[in-house]
Amino acid sequence: MSLYRDVGVVLRVSKLGEADRIVTLLTRRYGKVRAVAKGVRRTGSRFGARLEPFAHVDVQLHTGRTLDVVTQVQTLDAFGVGIVDDYRRYTTACAALETVDRIVTEEREPVLRMYLLTVGALRAFSGRVRDPSLVLDSFVLRAMAFAGWSPALGECARCGLAGPHGTFSVIAGGTVCAACRPAGAVRPAAATVRLLDALLNGDWTTAEASEEAARGEGSGLVAAHLQWHLEHRLRSLPLVERHEATIDRETRQPESSNPVPELIRQRASALEEGNGPVSSPGPVNTPGHS
Amino acid sequence: MYEGPVQDLIDELGRLPGIGPKGAQRIAFHLLSAEPADVTRLQDALQRVKEGVVFCEVCGNVSERTRCRICQDTRRDPRLVCVVEEPKDVLAVERTREFRGRYHVLGGALDPLSGVGPDQLRIRDLVSRIGTDEITEIIIATDPNTEGEATATYLVRLLQDFPGLSVTRLASGLPMGGDLEFADELTLGRALSGRRSV
Repeated sequence: MSLYRDVGVVLRVSKLGEADRIVTLLTRRYGKVRAVAKGVRRTGSRFGARLEPFAHVDVQLHTGRTLDVVTQVQTLDAFGVGIVDDYRRYTTACAALETVDRIVTEEREPVLRMYLLTVGALRAFSGRVRDPSLVLDSFVLRAMAFAGWSPALGECARCGLAGPHGTFSVIAGGTVCAACRPAGAVRPAAATVRLLDALLNGDWTTAEASEEAARGEGSGLVAAHLQWHLEHRLRSLPLVERHEATIDRETRQPESSNPVPELIRQRASALEEGNGPVSSPGPVNTPGHS
Repeated sequence: MYEGPVQDLIDELGRLPGIGPKGAQRIAFHLLSAEPADVTRLQDALQRVKEGVVFCEVCGNVSERTRCRICQDTRRDPRLVCVVEEPKDVLAVERTREFRGRYHVLGGALDPLSGVGPDQLRIRDLVSRIGTDEITEIIIATDPNTEGEATATYLVRLLQDFPGLSVTRLASGLPMGGDLEFADELTLGRALSGRRSV
């Protein structure tokens, strides 16, 4: 297998040496593959732009001693184009990629369902039809189901007693009955459990009709469930923008201490007075600037 | 394994980015056979860079003083600020000799996969500069990759409400000296969408 070809999604890239990158791909036939892409950081690289995160590519690789080497790449779907121009979609899609990277630990083990799930999720993120936060939660729940960590939502996670039950325990693995309730279990709203069930089973009519409160609580439970079972904190999850951005959320500051609106007002009033936006600049000189 | 100091030097050199075990060994033996004056000069340079170099309080570029050479230069246009990811990008833009404004170094790009969010970059300092300095144009010159584009998207959204401020992004397209048939779809698509009349 000195030269082989497959289709896959770029999960992650990291710098290597002067101009190379290590690319982590989730491929259709070979599962997770790490490979070296030589010279792709140079602006004149033939396929550097194709090997960016979120890209769905047809790739040819050469088997190497430690890492394989990428020899040719063709773009199948440039999902990144529809994702990076919306910061909220970008952060949620990054969390989805990190989830796959963490769940699929073995390299070269075929994971066809996970590959198809990832491609579907990226298509949904770039398609801009569904709320990215719901897409992320649905993706995480289904990816965990694939890994064998599907949360029990219709029955008790411990004794199997048919539900619905009003208590959720991350440690137990889903909703639990009153008799099995462990310490640390929480009581989410019934609408939240219904939302999680809808997201797990792809019932988008129910999911999209859910209230903001249920979505927020559901996201918290999904994140806790994921990180508990992975035994690892996801770096991207705290950076996910769950809601439509406001300046407060962008700067991650409480409204009272957020300087941006005040700076905008200061600048606007300075412009109205015809003084320019304050300060004392030196002489203006713009030779050569086009 | 070599004895004591030689192996220590190889280990330390091997920790530098882009230097593998063989390269580290080659540099170590080069230093062993070098003139003492050359080694002393290298030693001094390393010491000076750690003790004497700070980050400019205005733009975040590396500097010997609290304000870098570019921020102190009164001939530079204070209305134009070019936002870059790293200090080395300042050098790349300076090499063009086309830009006579000032800079703002973010210290990286937004990369949630590596845990880098807005709070880890010098974005708040940029907003403060816009609020208090006479800046009329922000040129976003982050890298043309996923993280750089996402950073540009974030900055555009953050800065679009500032009155009297235009936010621009470096053009992207085909590199000089390349063949069209080898251009990837993304680059060629951008070159087409950003075409200009001649």
